[in-house]
Amino acid sequence: MATATSTIATQPSTKQVIRKSNFDRRNKSDLKHFWIMLSPALVWLVLFQIVPMFGIVMAFQDFNPGAGFFKSEFIGLENFKYMFELRDVRQVLVNTLVIALGKITLNLFVPLIFALMLNEMKQVRLVKFIQTSVYLPHFLSWVILSSIMLQIFGYNGPVNAFVMDLGKEPFSIFQQADLFRGFVISSDVWKNFGFNSIIYLAALAGIDVTLYEAAEIDGATRWGKLWHITLPSIQTTIALLAILSLGSILDAGFDQVYNMYNPLVYSTGDIIDTYVFRAGLQQLDFSFGTAVGLLKSIVSFVLITTGYWVAKKTVGYRIF
Amino acid sequence: MAFKKSLGSKVFDSFNIVFLLVLTLLCLIPMWYTLMIALSDKAAVQAGMVTIYPIGFNFYSFQSILGDPKFFRSILISFERVIMGAGITMLILSMAAYPLSKTSKQFPGRNALMWLFVFAMLFNGGLIPWFLTMRTYNMMDSILGLALCGGVPIFNLILMTNFVKNLPEELEEAAKIDGAGPWRFLFSILLPLLKPVLATVLLFTLVNHWNDFFQGMILSTREESYPLQTYIQQLVVSTNLQSMSQMSVEQLNRLSKMNNDSLNAAKVFIAMIPVLLIYPFMQRYFVKGITLGSVKG
Repeated sequence: MATATSTIATQPSTKQVIRKSNFDRRNKSDLKHFWIMLSPALVWLVLFQIVPMFGIVMAFQDFNPGAGFFKSEFIGLENFKYMFELRDVRQVLVNTLVIALGKITLNLFVPLIFALMLNEMKQVRLVKFIQTSVYLPHFLSWVILSSIMLQIFGYNGPVNAFVMDLGKEPFSIFQQADLFRGFVISSDVWKNFGFNSIIYLAALAGIDVTLYEAAEIDGATRWGKLWHITLPSIQTTIALLAILSLGSILDAGFDQVYNMYNPLVYSTGDIIDTYVFRAGLQQLDFSFGTAVGLLKSIVSFVLITTGYWVAKKTVGYRIF
Repeated sequence: MAFKKSLGSKVFDSFNIVFLLVLTLLCLIPMWYTLMIALSDKAAVQAGMVTIYPIGFNFYSFQSILGDPKFFRSILISFERVIMGAGITMLILSMAAYPLSKTSKQFPGRNALMWLFVFAMLFNGGLIPWFLTMRTYNMMDSILGLALCGGVPIFNLILMTNFVKNLPEELEEAAKIDGAGPWRFLFSILLPLLKPVLATVLLFTLVNHWNDFFQGMILSTREESYPLQTYIQQLVVSTNLQSMSQMSVEQLNRLSKMNNDSLNAAKVFIAMIPVLLIYPFMQRYFVKGITLGSVKG
């Protein structure tokens, strides 16, 4: 052993050089394989995500599908000016902000409260059962959920039957402009609170048990433990989720609204994404639809990027 | 430890259990309710009489579905799309996650690529440019189109990349010394270790493809190419919402006599079954996959 070490020690240069160059060559050939492994993902990315981005030029054109991108007339910011003149668009923006803000706030706190309550429960099997059950709506589509809600809250449903029994006018929540936003927000919270609690539950499970034991010896109440141990321990998680969720302030949820709204509730329920869909693909105003969509993309991009940046500076969060 | 609980504590515990069970029911009842509607008599359904148990119990709805070729065609399309989409996604993402988990020293260019992916995750050209591009690629009425049109699921890719990064580096060194090349390492050593995150991503992909109605709607030029969710959307949701806004209550009542809510509920229920069969069994994986993959320094 000793001799072997000394041999290496006495003649380090050649052996090390040989080893190193082997290693380098090995790594170089690895690089080629890395690129091959990545290439399908890159092709997919370029064709389906990067190429469509060039369609953005339509926002600055009076796009004519017959003429194409290259021959359509450029009109500068006309589409954007037009957008701000429409009263519709302002209303749509307000609707989007109200719905999105409501969702962001409630989707942050309802799952937290749920996770804290579940965390107080000691019946392990029951906890498992509750968790599995509350995850369910998250995995169902808005098409499915909306068709169920139409059944429950529509004119044929038990809710209307009950209202009519009371001798009142027929009632369907899908037609009430004043209730529509609340309906959208609360059904979204219902769909997702279980799933959103996963991160909180993981954070709660990570709290050091000895903290609680020490507090009990000092005579802490359950309330005291919640306030002085549990919440401080997960405050970083809460802050992080709050910061990151701000990026979705213009995202009121297309799938949901599209499957719940109708012309009677446009005044409170029409959001940017549904508006773009109607203007762009139903009325075939490609340029205008692209312009509205682009504005949303840009604002969201800035907000999300800022959110990530703040999260990195404050709690050292990194996406990758 | 728990031998002297205060009265207030006990009251809280009971309240807590009751409250959480109510929440649980709130999440389960809509699905139960759909089944009850499907099993009930049509007339009872239209009178709003059915609540939590079937009235006029029968299997007519499920029987008459058997003779509904449109419904079965859409299910078939959805299954083909889910299998193709999940297959492509899992293969491409597993291959991409490994090189992307390298440091920029081991794999120059890795950071730039990562930023490109993140950029494409956060920014997009919007609906209309995307739609026109898909039309140019001739992705209309095609199952391959439905499988690919969403682009790379970048969030899932990052989830996988972070998971790989969390694994000890010695693994690869050991494999290299034993003579395994990068492909051998990826498929024989890495992938088996990625089980939790692969299961998570697989679940998300399956559910996303199964649940999508929108791509199915705008990439279809005819009814024959609708996947299941688009089919249900057009049949149940769209019809209901449109008639609500255009008709008087009397007209609606007349229409509802013609609609078969029971039959529709049976279709909706069938559309839920694959999800119900998959996610509970993936639960331990996705809870682990999410919490491990999403937090990585």
